[in-house]
Amino acid sequence: MRPSPARLLNILVPVKRAVDYAVKIRVNPQQTGVDLNVKHSMNPFDEIAVEEAVRIRERLSKDSEPVTITALTIGPTKSVETLRTALAMGADSAIHVETQESASSPEPLGVAKAIRAIIQKQESVDIVIMGKQAIDDDFGQTGQMLAGLLGWGQATYASKVDLDLVQKNAVVLREIDGGLEQVRVKFPMIITTDLRLNEPRYASLPNIMKAKKKPVTRLTPTDLGISFEPQMEIIRVTEPPKRIGGAKVESVDELVEKLRAAGFTAV
Amino acid sequence: MFRNSIHRSLKSTRALHSANTTRLFSSSISRLYGLRPLDVLSEEEEMIRETVQRFANEVVKPKVREMDENEKMDPEVIKGLFDQGLMGIETSAVHGGSESSFTSAIIAIEELAKVDPSVSVLCDVHNTLVNTVVRKYATEKQKEKWLPLLATEHLGSFCLSEPASGSDAFALQSKAQKVGNDYLLNGTKMWITNSYEADIFLIFANVDPSKGYKGITCFIATKDMGIEIAKKEQKLGIRASSTCTLNFDDVKIPAENIIGGEGQGYKIAIEILNEGRIGIAAQMLGLAQGAFTLSVPYTYTRNQFKQPIGTFQGMAFSFAEAATHIESAKLLTYNAARRKEAGLSFVKEAAMAKWWASKVAQEVSGNAIEWMGGLGFTRETGVEKFWRDSKIGAIYEGTSNIQLQTIAKFIQKEYTP
Repeated sequence: MRPSPARLLNILVPVKRAVDYAVKIRVNPQQTGVDLNVKHSMNPFDEIAVEEAVRIRERLSKDSEPVTITALTIGPTKSVETLRTALAMGADSAIHVETQESASSPEPLGVAKAIRAIIQKQESVDIVIMGKQAIDDDFGQTGQMLAGLLGWGQATYASKVDLDLVQKNAVVLREIDGGLEQVRVKFPMIITTDLRLNEPRYASLPNIMKAKKKPVTRLTPTDLGISFEPQMEIIRVTEPPKRIGGAKVESVDELVEKLRAAGFTAV
Repeated sequence: MFRNSIHRSLKSTRALHSANTTRLFSSSISRLYGLRPLDVLSEEEEMIRETVQRFANEVVKPKVREMDENEKMDPEVIKGLFDQGLMGIETSAVHGGSESSFTSAIIAIEELAKVDPSVSVLCDVHNTLVNTVVRKYATEKQKEKWLPLLATEHLGSFCLSEPASGSDAFALQSKAQKVGNDYLLNGTKMWITNSYEADIFLIFANVDPSKGYKGITCFIATKDMGIEIAKKEQKLGIRASSTCTLNFDDVKIPAENIIGGEGQGYKIAIEILNEGRIGIAAQMLGLAQGAFTLSVPYTYTRNQFKQPIGTFQGMAFSFAEAATHIESAKLLTYNAARRKEAGLSFVKEAAMAKWWASKVAQEVSGNAIEWMGGLGFTRETGVEKFWRDSKIGAIYEGTSNIQLQTIAKFIQKEYTP
């Protein structure tokens, strides 16, 4: 008996416009945050997510199963640049949930609720692939919250993803503190990407040009019935203490003495 | 003449205003550019800048020193340029290209030059000279044949100069004799960029010397037609960019390989070099910026007399001057590119941009070495390479004196009472 033919795979990739990883961060004078008048780009873990979605499509296209990739971002007008990058990397279409320029950055719970609202509006989404965390706030919560809200399975900190379209599940290798963990999760599911999952491609010029013609749908938070009212208040942001110089020692014994005096009892 | 101008200004200001308005706000220009500042790029152009910047830093940068020391272009770099769609920037998608704008090509050339001017010139010659000649002057059938090859895999070379003809290009000696349905090409070309790695060659030769320069014809040929590399030059700068002498000994080229028709070669050459000039300006601009970016941060970490040397007023003043010169070269280059895109006259502006940018490149890169002191003089940091690479800017694609002559001709025309 032939196995039932796998159906179209629908992948949703939420991406975030964050401060570029190479920027030298400076705390603002009011100590309420960092200077945001700097270069922004797509959150690196989200680039890995887009890349993984595109690679999944490239792997599966042999079996002539159409895979659609939709990129999604929540943010002010400028955030649409991030969607263009995703489209240039290979996403088919994009959704922009446009927030006010003056509004504070949405928090993970708000983002998760918005993504849930979009999934409920879209035709069936099979997999959500997203970065494990954003490098500006480092919360690392959105994927997990989304899975909880939807009641879907989750495989976070993924370093390898293998899909089985016949069984409709995925085997994911997760990077955890103790090493590597392998989980099998049924569709629909959430995957959050870790650094070693893949190395994202450059958007080549022809793809950048093709991206211009791909559709971008604009929505407002009201369209989704979501409010991004912050639940948290940032009280203070400060730089880490400046590095104090060390000291040189003459012998191993002196080193052990100094370590003991500093409270390292394991020596 | 004065009386005329006063008379004109006394005319209805409305008419004058609307005449000026029509010129300034002509629908095509404002529709295309909405009068934004020269250094503000479109979203697409910004994306292209970013992509080329990443490619240059991640793929090209690690190989720059080795390619320069070995005087050889790494084939991986050439392949990378093709894979990124950077070798058919303006070519239409139908022909396998990226279907992007001229300014996008200029930006790509600039970004590559910030990392390696050798790689930049390879991309520049291929795009602004070879691709553009085919796009502008070839028949539909020729375009269908050659553009995809040029956009995806095969490097191109532009062969005009000869041992006895550089600035005096139309004194070229290479001959193409018609024999049946072919032409037999005989002669020598010298100083030809990309020629070592190229498969496709645009060759200018005379089919009828009795007509003088009006016999010059542009042929498109492939290496396997018998094109010989006679000598690869050992150069002061852009050493990874191959510069060779080519020999043609009864090389048979089919008549269908004539681009633009017999005797059109001189026109094609002049027109294309005007555009190519802007590409070189972009290369020199990128070079100057690359040298600046490499050297200035160092001066803020190098302490002498208990302070970073970059904070001494003398140094700071020379940074300010260099940055201003770079800015002026940038605006000249971008403006020439935008004027060309808008279909406006740009020959004078292109000559100004190329002449000035090559001057700025040499000055800034020379200073950059001094800013880094002894370290700048070693080959380790890569700053001295920029200075060596900059020298060619005043020489190829129209020497500085030729540029000045071009500009002067415009001045004479404009200001002769």
